[in-house]
Amino acid sequence: MENSTKVVYSTEKVKKERKNIPVTVLLIIGCITVFFPLYMTVIIAFKQPSEMTNDIAGALMPPSAWSFSNFAQAMEVTDFWNSLLNSVLITVSTVVLSILIHSLAGYAVGRNMDHSKFYKFAYLYMVSGMFVPFAILMMPEVKQTAMMGIDNPVGVVILYIVFQLPQSMLLYTGYLRNIPLELEEAAYVDGASTWRTYWSIIFPNMKPMHATVAVLIAMAAWNDVMTPLVLMGGSDLNTLPLAQLNFQTAFSTNYNLAFASYLLSMIPILIFYLICQKQIIGGVTNGAVKG
Amino acid sequence: MDSKKHMSARRRTFLAITIPIMALFFLFNTLPLLQGFAYSFTNFRGFGSYDVIGFRNYYYLFQDSRVGHSYLFTFVYAIVSTVLTNVISMILALGLTSKIVGKGALRGIYFIPNVLGSLVIGYVFSFFFTYVLPSVGGALGIPGLDASILASTSSAWFGVVIVGCWQAIALNTIIYISGLETVPKDVYEAASIDGATGFKKFRYITFPLIMPFFTINMVLCLKNGLMVFDQIMALTKGGPSQSTESISYLIYQNGISGGQFGFQSANAVIYFIVIVAISVFQMKFLGGKEEQL
Repeated sequence: MENSTKVVYSTEKVKKERKNIPVTVLLIIGCITVFFPLYMTVIIAFKQPSEMTNDIAGALMPPSAWSFSNFAQAMEVTDFWNSLLNSVLITVSTVVLSILIHSLAGYAVGRNMDHSKFYKFAYLYMVSGMFVPFAILMMPEVKQTAMMGIDNPVGVVILYIVFQLPQSMLLYTGYLRNIPLELEEAAYVDGASTWRTYWSIIFPNMKPMHATVAVLIAMAAWNDVMTPLVLMGGSDLNTLPLAQLNFQTAFSTNYNLAFASYLLSMIPILIFYLICQKQIIGGVTNGAVKG
Repeated sequence: MDSKKHMSARRRTFLAITIPIMALFFLFNTLPLLQGFAYSFTNFRGFGSYDVIGFRNYYYLFQDSRVGHSYLFTFVYAIVSTVLTNVISMILALGLTSKIVGKGALRGIYFIPNVLGSLVIGYVFSFFFTYVLPSVGGALGIPGLDASILASTSSAWFGVVIVGCWQAIALNTIIYISGLETVPKDVYEAASIDGATGFKKFRYITFPLIMPFFTINMVLCLKNGLMVFDQIMALTKGGPSQSTESISYLIYQNGISGGQFGFQSANAVIYFIVIVAISVFQMKFLGGKEEQL
């Protein structure tokens, strides 16, 4: 790698054509660490319990027949479609509501925090929520949501909106600095209220940040175990990760069924990643770097 | 419509937006925090009646060896996984930003672990550690690998580290890549004219320039490490014999179903203070070392 960089930079002209083959090969070999666990998931999900011998072949060889019977059974046991539906509903409503609420909050606070002590306080107050670990809120939250009758998906969505607010606040107020006040003043001259100006001018202008926020929140909500576990643990309602947890507790010995179920729970996010890879990587990077 | 009227309407709109959102935040973030703080002075078991017992929970907390061990485990886990993750991510990022074939595809592949749920990943690795690794280790005759590493109190923590790193590396690599891409090409050219190559070039040129990204990764990684929960839940459930019990797992386990609501609330308060102290320290210490170009 070092050699080639030297070559590349000292011979400006061939920069485009010269590829670093050794590093490429190493990186391709390294992909095994990513694919091996996935490969294992797939082969075990398709195998029958009788094929699960205790030697290397039993662990690593593909199944003798590719049958979907494990999947059908796993879907039934984990109530797959309902769990999937719950996960989708929770994630989508969290993302939509968060974007609406967080961007408004970011706008109101971001436009005033530089000249108003109150909004500066509001900003620091809400951003500092980032340091509060869920573990300390968990137990009171269980009591409080039960008392309010929202120890269900509605409560989970509300908690997600609140817990994601600090990060979005940082992102939206930061992004708002790029949107000049003059844009709003022009609308005001035309007689539009602040509220209307926001929805017609500011909200659409924050589109790149909406994408970042959506990706970050969607991934956090989709994969989260802890919040649904403590809020709706005892109920019949499952999210996809929660269904895996319950399944594991109940049928920990049937690995083939379990792995079929794990694979089923990975497929939606993998498909989503395949389609929106650019947006997801961009969103996650943006969130980490600016947040 | 005069300007004064507009300004006061504008101010009202801002308040009408901010106040309800702050109230919501107070209700579901600050209020539970205060409640947790209040419960930490009681012997509440999670149900039934309880008494206020002052600082007794805190007193016992510092004598409880199980709590002490959970702090030790969490810190060792967080530090080891932060170091491992950052070293590997940095190497991967340097590779993925060099002149390689199929750059986009390779970057896409290395990011996959980040999008998968950590619970399910934990289950898959649990199987790998319990069945696959021992059968391979046994066949090759590697001592220590012929039994599940999760079954031994001395090695189970490392199994958790491996799974944590496997997912964290994906995110940290992408962040380092975006850092490396901010380094202007002519800086390298100037450096190679001055004779800086290899590790020297990285140490004195590249690394100082991507210092902010190093800070981000350190903060992110350490914070996630200190909050480790899903991996424990999937891999060890705190075992064997409580050797891999993290702080948040202990709070969850004993606070919610173990009848120690009050006691674990005190634990949570201390945990919260530790997280805030570390975050503030990190931002002060690392934030000051950034190199300006």
